[in-house]
Amino acid sequence: MIEVNRQGEVWIFAEQEDGKLSDVPLELMSKGRELADKLSVPLAAVLLAADGGDMPAALIAQGADKVYVVIDERLGHYQAAGYGHVLCSLIEQHTPQIFLYGATPIGRDLAPTVASAMKCGLTADCTDLQIGDHKPAGSDEVHKNLLLQIRPAFGGNIIATIVNFDRWPQMATVREGVMPLGEPDTARSGEIVECAANLDGVQLPLEIIESHRREKAVNLKASRIIVAGGAGVGSKDNFQLIWDLAHCLGAAVGGSRAAIDLGFVDHDHQIGQTGTTVRPALYIACGISGAVQHAAGMSEAGKILAINTDADAPIMGLAHFGIVGDLNVVIPKMIKIIRSGAGVEQAAQQVADA
Amino acid sequence: MALNCVVCVKQVPDTKRITGEAMTEEGTVNRRALPAIFNPEDLNALETALTLRAEHGGTVTVVTMGLPSACEVLRDALVRGADRAILITDRRAAASDTLATSYILSCAVKKLEADIVLCGRQAIDGDTAQVGPQLAEKLSLPVISYVEELVGISDGKITAKRNVGNGWEVVTCTLPALLTVMETANTPRPPAARRVMKFKKARAKSEVEAMAADLLEGDYENYTAELKATEVEKYCANLADRGLLIEQWDLDDLEADLTWCGRSGSPTKVHRIQSVVLTGGEYREFAATDDGIAELIGELIHDHTVG
Ligand SMILES: Cc1cc2nc3c(=O)[nH]c(=O)nc-3n(C[C@H](O)[C@H](O)[C@H](O)COP(=O)(O)OP(=O)(O)OC[C@H]3O[C@@H](n4cnc5c(N)ncnc54)[C@H](O)[C@@H]3O)c2cc1C
Ligand SMILES: Cc1cc2nc3c(=O)[nH]c(=O)nc-3n(C[C@H](O)[C@H](O)[C@H](O)COP(=O)(O)OP(=O)(O)OC[C@H]3O[C@@H](n4cnc5c(N)ncnc54)[C@H](O)[C@@H]3O)c2cc1C
Repeated sequence: MIEVNRQGEVWIFAEQEDGKLSDVPLELMSKGRELADKLSVPLAAVLLAADGGDMPAALIAQGADKVYVVIDERLGHYQAAGYGHVLCSLIEQHTPQIFLYGATPIGRDLAPTVASAMKCGLTADCTDLQIGDHKPAGSDEVHKNLLLQIRPAFGGNIIATIVNFDRWPQMATVREGVMPLGEPDTARSGEIVECAANLDGVQLPLEIIESHRREKAVNLKASRIIVAGGAGVGSKDNFQLIWDLAHCLGAAVGGSRAAIDLGFVDHDHQIGQTGTTVRPALYIACGISGAVQHAAGMSEAGKILAINTDADAPIMGLAHFGIVGDLNVVIPKMIKIIRSGAGVEQAAQQVADA
Repeated sequence: MALNCVVCVKQVPDTKRITGEAMTEEGTVNRRALPAIFNPEDLNALETALTLRAEHGGTVTVVTMGLPSACEVLRDALVRGADRAILITDRRAAASDTLATSYILSCAVKKLEADIVLCGRQAIDGDTAQVGPQLAEKLSLPVISYVEELVGISDGKITAKRNVGNGWEVVTCTLPALLTVMETANTPRPPAARRVMKFKKARAKSEVEAMAADLLEGDYENYTAELKATEVEKYCANLADRGLLIEQWDLDDLEADLTWCGRSGSPTKVHRIQSVVLTGGEYREFAATDDGIAELIGELIHDHTVG
């Protein structure tokens, strides 16, 4: 635990694997920038690796004023003991006020380890972060400019705002895809601060025997249009309809957890709380009921079109456009109309005339 | 090598079944309106321990921190095969965040001399997945989180496959160690009918106290406090003889430092709670006909969303 330090920096843990930064820290940079500017303090990234490569430059381009770089062979592969040790000593030395991590399996292993050792608070899976004041119930004291850590809980049925006003740093994890990725600016300049790992004598208990990384089969986060299918699609064969519609729109294919569990489509395509969070320009939900856990991953889409036989399905409450009908009828019609360019022009004309 | 496994289990509201009625007007969850269940991934943690005991011998102890009603999950664990069940219950532990929860659990685990501590990866109410790694840090144990498959134990070393998001890795470490187990790790065995009959009578002391009125014959109101206490002790001793006593510990039994428990031990404070109301129903409906769909697609093109 460190004392409250109002001049403390805003830190972001720069998770990386084999010299490649993960998406989350890059996404977190624009939010971090906003928080740091509000507090008038620097934004810093903390990078632990066996070799820094061009990662510090990428972090600066994404908005960091400073990058703390700790290079050590023993940091080449993540494990809680070594990473936790390094981060705790950096925190004690530099007393940041805010420290954010991606809510990846590594971030959700590392951040609690650090929080436990520092005896500070940690809020999991935040979907938004703001700066604001807090007055504890039954007290007249107002704590100004705290990190408001906003997160869903109870399976997404409530949104809790959590603060930590006395035992700093204020730490939170943020799920991947929740914060929009900012444009990098390679003209930005920033300071690179090299720090020693001081790992001699620190036990690293885990031995990695085998390691498999793979690229996801689909990049949902980068897609402007997503066509997603749910249990209502009925079968894996029938899921071809979803693929066909996606193809003719140049869209990516997503699925609800029910669709994944039923084997219609691979887990990489899952949208939602335990899948990917997306914010495409258009999200077409076909035969998806719109459970809170699904909504958690797609409600920020620019436009939502729901195709469902049930006019009362919760997805309709999220949708901008709705077709109440059987997807087996609707989707082939959509494909036909999109493919016949004439139909489209005609339709566009109709709309323009109306 | 016989293994002493300690499994941390939590009773949780069944968040999958939250409906309007379970939400209070202030937007908080009325836990009583929801069925309380065994946290799903804790069943996978328990199954891992039972499998290890079958292979290596040893014991399986389940621990929960919660209200006396959490004995329900302890009974379930006994029915499924646990050897020993411990309830940690204390008013001073109320409002614990994950840091305080892991501190209190660490005091309990220290008394149990575990070779392996097993947690579920995540509880479905708090949803943080923080308690496992924090408990490991407090106990200075190596942690293997997000375990998808237990490969095995040999020569005092445990090997497991863990999920790292964009892939997996197989890691090994020397025991003692702490694992957090995912639902994909195994399929929990169903309770054995014979044990259901036996362990449905298992009780913790606080439950016995709550039943004291029924235990004592006659004019309960006129019993002295002392006599009530003696009766409770007698009943508990009898349960213990039959292997049906759920042990009950409070923070004094754990020799816990109260500054790190409950509210004072919890740096995170709730600033505000709101319920999620899916807004609206204000969508534009298009007919499922050729014309309706053509109009919709025209609209999307007009918007530059498509095309
Ligand atoms: C801890 C937890 C995490 C979860 N994480 C996720 C997650 O990340 N992502 C996720 O999606 N879910 C998640 N879930 C599951 C979620 O609660 C729902 O069970 C799931 O989203 C339901 O999927 P679905 O909408 O495809 O299926 P259903 O709820 O079964 O809905 C099917 C829909 O299809 C419609 N339909 C049926 N036939 C047709 C037809 N011919 N034409 C048109 N419509 C039709 C029906 O009216 C219905 O609305 C999670 C659950 C839990 C408990
Ligand atoms: C709306 C809401 C939001 C919250 N947000 C946060 C937050 O962001 N940060 C925070 O620090 N706290 C938070 N809390 C408090 C937190 O839920 C409690 O501290 C809880 O006791 C443990 O956290 P969890 O449910 O997330 O468990 P997890 O960390 O998800 O549980 C992992 C495993 O730890 C073990 N375990 C957990 N609790 C117990 C127990 N009582 N007894 C035995 N074993 C157990 C189980 O094996 C479980 O599977 C929140 C609570 C609420 C109601």
